Amino acid sequence: MSNLPIDPAAAAPLGDEQLPVPEVTEGSPSGKAPHRKKFVFVRNAKSITGLTILVVFLVLAVIGPWIAPHDPNETTLDLLAGPSGAHWLGTDHLGRDVFSQLLVGTRAVMIVGLVTGIGATLLAVLVGVTAGFLGGVTDEILSALANIFLVLPALPLIIIIATQIEGINSLDIAIVLALTGWAWGARVLRAQTLSLRGRDFIEAARATGESTGRIVWFETLPNLTAIIASSFVSTVTFAVLSQTTLAFIGVTPLDDWSWGTVLYWAQSNQALSRGAWWWFVPAGLLVAILGMALTLVNFGIDEFVNPRLRLAGMSARQMRRSGIRPRIGFTARVRDLPRTYDHPTPVARAATTSGSTTGSGGPSTPGTSGAATVKETVR
Amino acid sequence: MKFLFRRLFFYALTAWAAVTINFFVPRVMKGDPVQSLINRYQGQIDQDAVHSLYVLFGLDKKQSLWQQYVEYWGQILHGNLGISFTFFPTPVSDVIRTSLPWTVGLVGMATVIAVVLGTLFGTYLGWRRGTWADSFLPVMTFFSSVPYFWLGLLFIAVLAVAFPVFPASNAYTPGLEASFSWPFIQSVVQHAFLPALTIVLSSVAGWILGMRNMMVTVGSEDYVTVAQAKGLPERRVMYGYAARNAVLPQVSSFALSLGFVVSGSLVMELVFSYPGIGTQLLAAIGAKDYPLMQGIFLVITLAVLLANILADVVYVFLDPRTRQEG
Repeated sequence: MSNLPIDPAAAAPLGDEQLPVPEVTEGSPSGKAPHRKKFVFVRNAKSITGLTILVVFLVLAVIGPWIAPHDPNETTLDLLAGPSGAHWLGTDHLGRDVFSQLLVGTRAVMIVGLVTGIGATLLAVLVGVTAGFLGGVTDEILSALANIFLVLPALPLIIIIATQIEGINSLDIAIVLALTGWAWGARVLRAQTLSLRGRDFIEAARATGESTGRIVWFETLPNLTAIIASSFVSTVTFAVLSQTTLAFIGVTPLDDWSWGTVLYWAQSNQALSRGAWWWFVPAGLLVAILGMALTLVNFGIDEFVNPRLRLAGMSARQMRRSGIRPRIGFTARVRDLPRTYDHPTPVARAATTSGSTTGSGGPSTPGTSGAATVKETVR
Repeated sequence: MKFLFRRLFFYALTAWAAVTINFFVPRVMKGDPVQSLINRYQGQIDQDAVHSLYVLFGLDKKQSLWQQYVEYWGQILHGNLGISFTFFPTPVSDVIRTSLPWTVGLVGMATVIAVVLGTLFGTYLGWRRGTWADSFLPVMTFFSSVPYFWLGLLFIAVLAVAFPVFPASNAYTPGLEASFSWPFIQSVVQHAFLPALTIVLSSVAGWILGMRNMMVTVGSEDYVTVAQAKGLPERRVMYGYAARNAVLPQVSSFALSLGFVVSGSLVMELVFSYPGIGTQLLAAIGAKDYPLMQGIFLVITLAVLLANILADVVYVFLDPRTRQEG
């Protein structure tokens, strides 16, 4: 590290958003010193929900094949039977247990999701940070490459490549998905690296003679953590959806169980017209729940990176409890006077607005905007 | 103008990349399309015919890779995409010509509806953030993470099988003459309703969330504050000041998302047996019909590029800053 005193706030991602945010989100404006918190986004209710669901899926991916009540390929005489005690989610046209198929299939989905996520994120970091940091011709070439991959329709390309690999397995699919899915992350990372590159603390590090590798590794990358995490989560979502789609259209081997494979069998055996809802509804729901969990985690990260969204991320009740009045079109702010003014007089209004940065106060005539303000304040 | 030229150069580069990928993928992979065709006809093809097939598919072993590549380009520039295996000897371009209008019509309409609805709704949600309007967000999240085709399956199960309100498959009632007559159009609209609903519902959430977040960000800009301080009507501030600026990223992400929309609707077509290009592509996969697969990929890519160019032109009209540079 350089020996210059660096303000931790300036080193945080998007350090130019120097709003007094920590107090606001904690809901306790007094007391606590604003010490730098790592992984603040983990405390976010959305992130916690998302991460919990993710952990459940991960555990199922590991133990799924062991706790599955039946062999997913074992045919029985209960053809196309609805949910019952023996078969919790019914059976398919060969009498195979759908619940076991889903349990066993979780592993393939999670493997593809995670391997793609890791691979694509590594590629994105490599390309994005290199492009942003080196600039010049390297940047032009790498950016063009990323943009090309962004514009090319991914699924048809994936399908074309995947169909030409003989005996394709989950790992192959993950590699293909990683090779096609890194571009968005690279683009976002490049933009952020560009903005970091000009910051004072990087300049200072360069001035003290640190090597480029060290500047990239120890000064730049830590400040990109949130964005890298967010791009990882998005890639996993993309991979899960793509894997399900590929399995659904029958590109993956049929004995390689995944949620999409279950849907493939359901679709190709007229589950719809036979009214066998237990066959296709749970598989899709699983994809949706997993996707939702990932999106929730990403919301948490987004709100961590962009403080303006963070305030918006609180529920209306939470905001009222912490004394924040959302005001139409304005930055939400902390009420800095005790709530003794039940009926906001002009004096009280002026006092509450005076501390804000975006005060509309002044001669707020009883126009439409004035009326809206009063309405919000009364609440 | 400089902006547009830069973009046009980039699209030319992308088109080149797509064609090149198309050229190399079958040559790098182990599979031999001619061999698979020979296997299909099980020894009914003699050696001379085999050689001419190789030439026909542009896989002549006697030519260098570079010669093949140049020839491939020549063929593509003439609109010759090779010959389909499944519909042998129909040219790929003919197969595509009959299926493309269905996809473009359906996906195009549905996407435009989704973008307009999503942007309007997102504007409203962003403006009313921190109120009850936020409770829509979890619902949106759910719809944005559902696979397209699964939503389609659900709609069929409910609206076509359980309550037969809409037809479950095809683009129009079989047996109906394709013409601009009222019954035909009515039938087409009826058949397109469920697929379109699927696309709109599963893609609108992304537009709403994007627009909402931009509105939240833009809503605290100084010019919005000033507009409100001036006492302008709220509606005017919302649409004329905040939404107007917040919509710009929507336009550029519209261009970028087209690829995803197309990808999503491909599988949706399979679910609804819609006679579009997606059904064709999936049939080609099943039959290992490489020329048809690649032709379709190329056409889809070009369509997406074209739409991107359009979005860029619109962007230039919307954002004066891009015009200033030139």
